[in-house]
Amino acid sequence: MKWVRVCRMEDILPGLGVCALVEGRQVAIFRVGQRLFALSNFDPFTRANVLSRGLVGSKGERLYVASPLLKHRFDLESGEYLDDPSVRVPVYAVKLEEGDVWVGVPVSEAAKVGT
Amino acid sequence: MLRRIVVVGNGMVGHKFLETLRSRTSDYELTVIAEEPCLAYDRVRLSAFFEQPRPDLSLGTYQQYQAWGVRVINAKATGIDRERRVVQAEDLEVGYDILVLATGSYPFVPPIEGRDLQGCFTYRTLEDLTRIEAWARHSRKGVVIGGGLLGLEAAGALLKLGLETHVVELASHLMPLQLDELGGRLLRRKLEAMGIGVHVSKSTQRIEARGDRVAALRFADGSSLEADLVIFSAGIRPRDELARQSGLKVGERGGIVIDEHCRTSDPHIYAIGECALYQGRIYGLVAPGYEMARVLAEHLTGGERTFSGADLSTKLKLLGVEVGSFGDAFAQTPGAREVLYSDFGKGVYKKLVLSEEGRRLLGGILVGDASDYANLHNLTLNAVELDNPEHLLIPPVEGRAMRASLPMTARVCSCENVTKGAICEAIRSGCRDIASLKKATRAGTGCGGCVAMMGDVLKEELLRLGEKVSDHLCEHFPYSRRELFDIVRVRGYKTFEALLRDYGKGYGCEVCKPAVASILASLYNEHVLEEAHVPLQDTNDRFLANMQRDGTYSVVPRIPGGEITPDKLIAIGQVAKKYGLYTKITGGQRVDLFGARLEQLPHIWADLIAAGFESGHAYGKALRTVKSCVGDTWCRYGVQDSVGLAIRLENRYKGLRAPHKIKMAVSGCTRECAEAQSKDVGVIATERGWNLYVCGNGGMKPRHADLLAADLDEETLVRYIDRFLMFYIRTADRLQRTSVWLEKLEGGLEYLREVIVEDKLGLAAELEAQMAHHIQTYRCEWKATLESPEKLKHFRHFINSDAPDDNIVMVEQRGQHRPAYDFERETLPLPLATGVKP
Ligand SMILES: Cc1cc2nc3c(=O)[nH]c(=O)nc-3n(C[C@H](O)[C@H](O)[C@H](O)COP(=O)(O)OP(=O)(O)OC[C@H]3O[C@@H](n4cnc5c(N)ncnc54)[C@H](O)[C@@H]3O)c2cc1C
Ligand code: SF4
Repeated sequence: MKWVRVCRMEDILPGLGVCALVEGRQVAIFRVGQRLFALSNFDPFTRANVLSRGLVGSKGERLYVASPLLKHRFDLESGEYLDDPSVRVPVYAVKLEEGDVWVGVPVSEAAKVGT
Repeated sequence: MLRRIVVVGNGMVGHKFLETLRSRTSDYELTVIAEEPCLAYDRVRLSAFFEQPRPDLSLGTYQQYQAWGVRVINAKATGIDRERRVVQAEDLEVGYDILVLATGSYPFVPPIEGRDLQGCFTYRTLEDLTRIEAWARHSRKGVVIGGGLLGLEAAGALLKLGLETHVVELASHLMPLQLDELGGRLLRRKLEAMGIGVHVSKSTQRIEARGDRVAALRFADGSSLEADLVIFSAGIRPRDELARQSGLKVGERGGIVIDEHCRTSDPHIYAIGECALYQGRIYGLVAPGYEMARVLAEHLTGGERTFSGADLSTKLKLLGVEVGSFGDAFAQTPGAREVLYSDFGKGVYKKLVLSEEGRRLLGGILVGDASDYANLHNLTLNAVELDNPEHLLIPPVEGRAMRASLPMTARVCSCENVTKGAICEAIRSGCRDIASLKKATRAGTGCGGCVAMMGDVLKEELLRLGEKVSDHLCEHFPYSRRELFDIVRVRGYKTFEALLRDYGKGYGCEVCKPAVASILASLYNEHVLEEAHVPLQDTNDRFLANMQRDGTYSVVPRIPGGEITPDKLIAIGQVAKKYGLYTKITGGQRVDLFGARLEQLPHIWADLIAAGFESGHAYGKALRTVKSCVGDTWCRYGVQDSVGLAIRLENRYKGLRAPHKIKMAVSGCTRECAEAQSKDVGVIATERGWNLYVCGNGGMKPRHADLLAADLDEETLVRYIDRFLMFYIRTADRLQRTSVWLEKLEGGLEYLREVIVEDKLGLAAELEAQMAHHIQTYRCEWKATLESPEKLKHFRHFINSDAPDDNIVMVEQRGQHRPAYDFERETLPLPLATGVKP
């Protein structure tokens, strides 16, 4: 796993997401209160790099992002598509250190997502 | 010695009189003189004579009459000697103390040549029917002269007897005494469908003969109709000959004049039933006759009852067709209004006549479905005050009624080809929300355009299954949008967070966040990208542009009323060229620029604003455009300056956020080139001002707008639109266009008119003030964004890089760029759109 520093915590408004370029991958990072989540920015249904621009919501205890295109919902923790768990988007490690947001990606392949 | 009562005529009413009197007293010696060979029978059901097995229609039996002590003389009364108080019946004389005439009426046979030919009949007595039956055995074609109630009964009989049947009516439609033109027309259709020939507006001049038998009818217009059997049913006339001979007072057009005790001009003689004339009126129905019989029986036994006229309302089943006519069916009351419902396809016609102020039912006509007759008739008789009497005809189109019309085979989701039936099936097998329906049926998983309709089907089906349907916004707020709007307005909430804390639970979602964002924007008009609001914004509002399928955006500058200078047109072209944007003219008379990457948006807008443009709010659930025709600026038909008004309206309402998008249009004359009637707000110029139409829609479920008010001056027009828009914003559901809103609004258009025009709720001033606030606080959202470094921060694809999204791939088409389809990506890995990098 390789950790990359992407931005300051205050660069992400609570309840919003941003997209970071991490080792060639597009990673959507969401902030809910002081918690951070990272998953692929690629919406597998519409095949567009847009998840970071989606609305964050909750269903019961689960937090999810609704894709801005056709509102498919993905669990922020597991990447699971809420209506069909067999679809899931990759999730990444994310951490906060001294106000900096770090994303961890596997080192093996530096595949770009979505092309 | 007992006093003697003699009754002449043993029809339905004469019989009823004897029966009622005997139930009250055994005083009086009773004699009845009856012309017909049998005792009273049920004339109302006369046609049942042709049924198999033949029913017993008799009302009275000889045993019973004997038991009552009634002497029956089977003879025709031929005269009255009032001096001596005796009735002559052929060679008999019968003395009376009280004489009751219950002689009924006879069928009128117009004095035309050939009316006495063999094969001509009337339709009144059992004897008539016996003769008709015999003659019909060697007839092929029967014609009834007269398309009234009785004529149609007769036609039904002929049909039953196996004859080719025709009805000839002098008036322009059938049953002219009970029905209006439309009702008569529907009835005609129904009869024709049964194989009955209907000939209206036909005056029979003579009956042509073959030997001494009927051969054909000849009409005034020269045409003719063959016939072997003719029934005259051209109305009835009271049998008042005894009264005339003996000098009793009779009406000008016949009928024995009676008072409220049924007494004639001779205090010893009474008249009841169809032969009697009360206050200038003959009652050709059995119920009023029965009432007279009761009144007289009471009167003769010391009772107080009096006759005060009767209602001529009728409900009957003619040849299987239900027909009802009640009260003031022809709207003769001054100021009466008519409300119609007519569906010839279904074979139903209903008309209600309402009082001038529209609160009371005065009468009505029902054809094809008279199941409401009793209720409606009741409301009429009792002059019940009603809030919306028209709802008796058409229940308020509460979505329920509307959606119920969607057949099970209707396709709800065109992407996945899912029918309403399939969705209902899934609901019956357990699905209770959209998500599970999507999973079970795949409906709504394509373009998503049908999700609202799925919701409707879900609600309808759950209602049908008897389950409660929640109108809660979502799992986070147990309130409808309308309730939330009031909570926010009354309690003055300014942020989603505070509202969620006090009235909701959980974190919110893509349903409630934008809904609350829209409420806040409607009420306070703060910038949607303020820190507190930006996480609530839906896809397009979030970046003030319309996201397209590849994640790029389209940009629409405002072009009020669709009027634009050449310089501004050139400016748009230059911007499009500079950023490599695909351009298209929209239906709302402006230009859409496609293919802008997120990070390009501020640059594009900087250029557009420099050229004098403002945000067009194409991204918002907000006022979109006010489309206009060129009006009297150029058009030779135009009667007003439609472009000028459109520009003023667009500038007034621009930026107004609402439960859904709002479209408007202004046409310069009734030719309606701007298609204003397909808009939420449509204005059409008249010679005297402007007509205001509301709640129209194009799109998935087109709806013609309704006229809210006519011939307004501009000031009033604008006031009404202010109120209308604000009232809609306050009360509509989330993502509910004005068309659906109105259809679900209790009280419908009439109520809306009361609120907007008459200010029934006393809300007008508040609604106008709210609009004034919006107008004062309007700012171009893009201009404000460009001035705010905080807001501009959102407009980049990567937080940590200036690189563009390399997944955006354009291909060339017809001289412009468009996003590549998946299958093109592998073979044509084209570079990014040309254009200036920010
Ligand atoms: C085919 C048909 C269908 C009808 N359907 C309906 C319906 O659906 N609803 C409704 O309300 N009404 C209906 N009516 C009308 C209803 O039958 C009459 O309103 C009712 O019969 C009137 O009763 P009455 O006693 O006044 O007259 P009648 O029933 O006509 O009785 C009068 C009697 O007096 C006798 N008479 C007359 N003059 C003399 C005399 N000088 N000496 C001795 N006897 C004499 C006649 O022969 C007759 O028997 C229908 C009538 C017909 C013919
Ligand atoms: S609506 Fe009337 S005024 Fe407007 S363009 Fe058409 S014809 Fe001309």
